[in-house]
Amino acid sequence: MTDAHTLEIRDLCIDVGDFSVVDGVEFSIGRGEIVALVGESGSGKSLTALSIMGLLSGAVHQSGGTATLEGKQLDLQNDAAMRKLRGTALSMIFQEPIASLNPLLSVGAQVAESLIVHGRASSAEAWDRAVEMLQDVGIPAPDRRARQLPSELSGGMCQRVMIASALIAAPRLLIADEPTTALDVTIQAQILHLMRRLRAETDTSILIITHDMGVVASIADRVCVMYGGRIVEQAEVHQLFAEPRHPYTKLLLATIPRLDGARKQELFSISGMVPDASAWPEGCRFRTRCPLATERCATRPQLAPVGGAGRVAACWHSDKVGGLT
Amino acid sequence: MSALTSKLKVMFRRPARGGVPVGLFVLVLVTLVVVAILAPLIAPYDPNTQNLLGRLKPPGSEARGVYYLLGSDELGRDLLSRAIYGARVSLAVAVLSVLLSGAVGITLGMLASYLGGWVEVVVMRLVDIFLSIPAILLAIIMVAVLGPGFVNVVLVLALTRWPRYARVAYGQTLAVSSQPFVRLAKAMGAGPFHVLFLHILPNIIAPLAVVATLEFGLMILFEAGLSFLGMGVQPPTASWGAMLSVGRNYVSSAWWIATFPGLCLFLLVLSVNLLGDRLSEYLNPKSR
Repeated sequence: MTDAHTLEIRDLCIDVGDFSVVDGVEFSIGRGEIVALVGESGSGKSLTALSIMGLLSGAVHQSGGTATLEGKQLDLQNDAAMRKLRGTALSMIFQEPIASLNPLLSVGAQVAESLIVHGRASSAEAWDRAVEMLQDVGIPAPDRRARQLPSELSGGMCQRVMIASALIAAPRLLIADEPTTALDVTIQAQILHLMRRLRAETDTSILIITHDMGVVASIADRVCVMYGGRIVEQAEVHQLFAEPRHPYTKLLLATIPRLDGARKQELFSISGMVPDASAWPEGCRFRTRCPLATERCATRPQLAPVGGAGRVAACWHSDKVGGLT
Repeated sequence: MSALTSKLKVMFRRPARGGVPVGLFVLVLVTLVVVAILAPLIAPYDPNTQNLLGRLKPPGSEARGVYYLLGSDELGRDLLSRAIYGARVSLAVAVLSVLLSGAVGITLGMLASYLGGWVEVVVMRLVDIFLSIPAILLAIIMVAVLGPGFVNVVLVLALTRWPRYARVAYGQTLAVSSQPFVRLAKAMGAGPFHVLFLHILPNIIAPLAVVATLEFGLMILFEAGLSFLGMGVQPPTASWGAMLSVGRNYVSSAWWIATFPGLCLFLLVLSVNLLGDRLSEYLNPKSR
């Protein structure tokens, strides 16, 4: 691939103990691009994000694969090397905005933090930059707000503070792990709007992790759908919604209730449960729940081009997905 | 009578926050601290001047121009002056040993919890070993080895008491480490030192302050105990524990020698412990 990619992930594998929870994930994010990583709980999307930050710990460890940031390979296992990049080249924000801020430290100090820990500015300069940054993310009276504690701010404001602290050192990539899950819908829209605006102003690439298709539709340029620790489909956002080429994506989209749908119809759900990581089926991991499954699915399908620029899906029957209802 | 006891209960067990009793024992504490600091200005006489014609005088008596408000000891020294100077020793030993053992214990406990691995094993097993030996016994053995004296008493107390803080700091750090804000700090590139002292320590300081207050009372008693056994501050320096020890020989003939330093100890430790109780009640949301 070319150097135009901000981040490139190849064959990433993550194990918890002896079980593989992320298996051969590959994707790339272009400069200033917003890519959404979608999947249900346990599909490995958050672990993928944490491993890019080099923040896996305990029994969870990366067992293979590489990550390249602007052409330079990241040494994900080397905590000291990754620490230099965290906050400066790679940043991450989380859900639960209020709990993610230290309750005893002023928000200004927390926004300034990455400048200070990386020695990028004196504390007075860092504070001034933090106040500017708070203004940039749309916090009114940033001078006064900077001196307040997180408990004096609302959830939406805390999320803005977190975004400010993640972006203050101008990282190349921002990873947002369900940044709007804990917020109500109007605030959600504001935060998404803010992230789009900051992307346009700073050309920062964004990897957004979510299970909310509404968030995907309103912010992402490209989507990677994960199931069972693997990427099953990758497409440009309009293509994905218009014409999914993996049965899981198709069924996932079908679970979204529609305003123009028939009344009094039962809401659709995908039959069965996500199997435990210790009990993945051989071959395609979705085949036990897939209406299109055949014997062929016992062999693992690789991500293969399925028409359209850069579109890939990992399904033997991707041409039949359109006929699914 | 029952009205009185219930009133006392209300006053001393569950007062409205900021009520009189808190003020009462804070007052005792502050008075004793001020007295200790200003000892040379307050004490009527030099605590070490002997007056052999005024030996064992009862409170309120006079001998050779010296007025003994609280009586005199076996060498004719003024007990009031000695009690005032004794407060210096008690408080200085307690403050220094709490600061030292707190600093050591909190640092080790936090590191053990945060770093894990062999650091955790070594520190926490050491804590278990220390806590399984009676502290006063350990202190006596150490003083016997190091020799008595003010500095050694402080060192010995710090050395025997740090595991208390380490254990609390360890558990609290474990709980706070899993908080989302610690994860965010790491994602901002904060190193272990920054995370521990800027993000974790301020969030675990409340329970540690309670431990420190209760330990403070204990340190005063330990110092008195060591001085009582002759292993603390050495004569002629006045110390409440040493005064008690001398007074023990004269309890039947001169009750005042042991009574006044004992009373001082009682008041000080009671105030400190009540303050500790109130602090833990105040800081524990469940009991509010």
